[in-house]
Amino acid sequence: MRLTFTPLNLARYLVWSGFALILIVAPLIFSKGAALSILSQIGTVMIFGLSYNMLLGQGGMLSFGHAVYSGLGAFFAIHAMNSSGIGASVPTTLIPLVGGFAGMAFGVLFGYVTTKKSGTTFAMITLGLVELVFASSLMFPSFFGGEGGITTNRVRGDALFGISYGPQIQVYYLIAFWLFISTIAMFAFTQTPLGRMINAVRDNPERVEFIGYNTQWVRYLTLILSAFFAGISGGLGAINFEIVSAENVSAIRSGAVLLFVFIGGISFFFGPLLGAIVGVFFSVMLSDFTPAWQLYLGLFFVLLVRYAPAGLASLILMLLRVKSFGLFHRIWKPLLAVCAVSLVGFAGFLAGIEMLYHLTLEAANGSIMTRFGQQIDVKAAAPWLVVAGLLAAGIVGYRRVQPGYYAVWSEVNAEIAAKQRGSAA
Amino acid sequence: MNALELKDVRKSFGKSEIIRGANLTVAKGERVAVIGPNGAGKSTLFNLVSGRFGISSGDICLNGNSISGLKPYEINRLGLSRSFQISNLFVNLSVYENLRCAVLWAMGYRYSFWQRLNGLRDAHERAEQVLEQIGLQRQRKVLAGVLTYAEQRALEIGITIAGGADVILLDEPTAGMSRSESDAAVELIRKVTVGKSLVMVEHDMSVVFGLADKIAVLVYGEVIACDTPANIRSNAAVQAAYLGQEVHA
Amino acid sequence: MEFTLFTLLNGVSYGLLLFMLSSGLTLIFSMMGVLNFAHASFYMLGAYMAYTISSVLGFWPALVLAPIVVGLIGALVERYGLRPLHKYGHIPELLFTFGMSYLIVELVQLIWGRAAVPYPIPKELDGPLFTLFSTSFPIYRGFMMLVALSMLASIYLVLTRTRVGLVIQAALTHPDAVEALGHNVPRIFMWVFGGGCALAGLAGVIGGNAFVTEPGMAATVGSIIFVVVVVGGMGSLAGAFVASILIGVLQTFAVALDYSLMTMFNGLGANITEATPGYELLKLTISQSAAILPFLLLVLILIFRPKGLMGTRE
Repeated sequence: MRLTFTPLNLARYLVWSGFALILIVAPLIFSKGAALSILSQIGTVMIFGLSYNMLLGQGGMLSFGHAVYSGLGAFFAIHAMNSSGIGASVPTTLIPLVGGFAGMAFGVLFGYVTTKKSGTTFAMITLGLVELVFASSLMFPSFFGGEGGITTNRVRGDALFGISYGPQIQVYYLIAFWLFISTIAMFAFTQTPLGRMINAVRDNPERVEFIGYNTQWVRYLTLILSAFFAGISGGLGAINFEIVSAENVSAIRSGAVLLFVFIGGISFFFGPLLGAIVGVFFSVMLSDFTPAWQLYLGLFFVLLVRYAPAGLASLILMLLRVKSFGLFHRIWKPLLAVCAVSLVGFAGFLAGIEMLYHLTLEAANGSIMTRFGQQIDVKAAAPWLVVAGLLAAGIVGYRRVQPGYYAVWSEVNAEIAAKQRGSAA
Repeated sequence: MNALELKDVRKSFGKSEIIRGANLTVAKGERVAVIGPNGAGKSTLFNLVSGRFGISSGDICLNGNSISGLKPYEINRLGLSRSFQISNLFVNLSVYENLRCAVLWAMGYRYSFWQRLNGLRDAHERAEQVLEQIGLQRQRKVLAGVLTYAEQRALEIGITIAGGADVILLDEPTAGMSRSESDAAVELIRKVTVGKSLVMVEHDMSVVFGLADKIAVLVYGEVIACDTPANIRSNAAVQAAYLGQEVHA
Repeated sequence: MEFTLFTLLNGVSYGLLLFMLSSGLTLIFSMMGVLNFAHASFYMLGAYMAYTISSVLGFWPALVLAPIVVGLIGALVERYGLRPLHKYGHIPELLFTFGMSYLIVELVQLIWGRAAVPYPIPKELDGPLFTLFSTSFPIYRGFMMLVALSMLASIYLVLTRTRVGLVIQAALTHPDAVEALGHNVPRIFMWVFGGGCALAGLAGVIGGNAFVTEPGMAATVGSIIFVVVVVGGMGSLAGAFVASILIGVLQTFAVALDYSLMTMFNGLGANITEATPGYELLKLTISQSAAILPFLLLVLILIFRPKGLMGTRE
């Protein structure tokens, strides 16, 4: 019997080439001001998120302490960059590998202990571990740099081909390069025996033992590999920001990657990529515009957990699925209606929150709030009436159009399910 | 050398002794059915043999080697595989992937993260072979979690035998099946256990009499009789255990 | 001697506060399998509510009202946020409470601002309870211990002497069986969750003015109560009690001790200076390592005794 290669092979090359193309071209499209810095950040968070999803999405291991590996990797990388000994001979291009191997070493050390347990106990032990490392970071200031952290200069050593990593664009392409090969490597992992067995462990850890596998070893090895890639992302962060501090090994950072990956969608390989974009958008870009960004992020996350636990990736894929069955024309009008009323209500909600924030947090600056060039007096009644109106319109409109949309959506999906069953029968 | 031997196996959970000195011998290639009233300890016995629980005393030997105290994966690697009464599948993997996972260790691929799964021809062929045997070729891409009950039971058996173990333990393989589904399952079991030693817990007597070379009767944690089907039928102690009183014809 | 006594008393009172907090968490976890990440946030809510209520009505009404309000909020959160997630399993539930913890901190900042609020100890309870030698033990600390102990006693009585308590105990280990017997288990869950949050709120009322009431207070105490629950044993109230006192006393003592390995070795005649290898490790004082002690304990317990000190399940 021949192992046929599916026609998907061509699609596979297209997808990876497309990915590479996007990475190469992105800074040309988003070229304004801080865009390059944001793209660089997105790149490192993508690697971090993908490594985290090896544990969560592929292995069912909820960790609250993944920043331990990326953070320790970052510290080792930055010390290597600063060192005048062995570290000095490592070119900046390869520094991420220092981070990777450091992360991996700690994965070997800590992972043995943490993977002895599973489920909630595993989550708790990872939380304890990250708090432990974070607390000890203040105890050893020569390694962790105390309150200020460790700084470095990424322009070091010989500039090969004129690449000194001084300009941000060079750092971006370095990150893009490591992102590309890390993504390929982590994707390849999902197509190996270990990669498949960690999925089996996720689904049924007990059964795995009865088909000859030691569940703990499957988890342990996966964690070690995940820690390697986390360390690479840490090393890239050290190069990008030229500073590493205790915050890099904090529970806050671990929580952030959990949030981002979940938002993107843990059941899909590319989910973390999406999550990184959304996450950096909230935490870096939005934070420049509004003090309420954490509220929005938290709300967004909670709503997603409640209404779309499979993440943004699932929403996109569901729509694509409808399109691939040629049924998109049935849903686009109701979908547009729902989106429109949601937008109206959302605008009202946003305005209300912004005004509230101004009222309580910036009261010292007076009651005039400036947004989009407009002056809004948060103590006056008019803006609040507008907010109330928008909210009311949104809610009423939503109640009107949502049932219709839901009906069409269910209908369409039932048809698709029937078609799929029909083709399998 | 016997395929499986239980020597005076005892198991207590706290103060309750569930298995009170069970003795059983399964010769190579033999098919033994374990029957008994509810609560006799049949599933517990399976859990003890497969390593899910540890025994309190006694010994269990697989092909002459003691396996008491070994972990389930160690016992599986020595050539014993078991199915579960409640289907224990990998619900988010397809039928094909379920079977392929079941063969990976037996084929020596271990924890490899450097080999392409889809390039492993022998694993693929064995998975296809089992897929065909259990009759689920058309559902190969369906996720195990959405199969029908009978399909899940078939997959359950498939996962159990895919690794090529010599000693197979099936825990109520036809539980909850209709007559025709049971008959199909019996045929499947007969087909896939050719040349292997089989121990089966069953309640359905027609399945038992159709498949078993020997029947072991487990009552209150002890094997009170182990004999050919015909002899078991007329065994007074067995009748008393099931019916409570000796039946006078 | 004086030092030991007062540090012990302070440690015990801190431990009792931890117990007030972690008892609710233990109840919720044992009952519903949900590790409520937002538990410390309800503690914070209790403190802020008490601040607002006490500035209008006084401390004593706040002592009663604030926990009730927090408990109601908790019940609503369970009913409309958590309950629809039961069918998806424990991870989405945990993530939901995780998200809630972010949200509550933000909402608190939105309403009360980012700076600490001046939530005062009531005049009747301000001042020394007794003075031994030269150190005095504040009345308020004694009050905290009193509230915590009476709370412990009432939980115990409710769980063991009332019908509702028996049902809760049964549902702690066998929710399906209890539901099959006709009890409205989802509603019981809602009240247990609300009750747990109310306990956290009560801890906030008491602790908010003894320590500082600010948006960061949830994070400070959040991880420690998880340590308490795990070390004590998931599912065991008695274990949570023992673990709380243990950690409270341990930390309070540790923070007060300025000895390090270096002082010990130097006392024995060694001469350790900056040039000695391992100096950084040797000069670490116990007080500097106080922060990691609870987590070290957590990791050690999870390695050597994962059931916790008195736990019944992992």
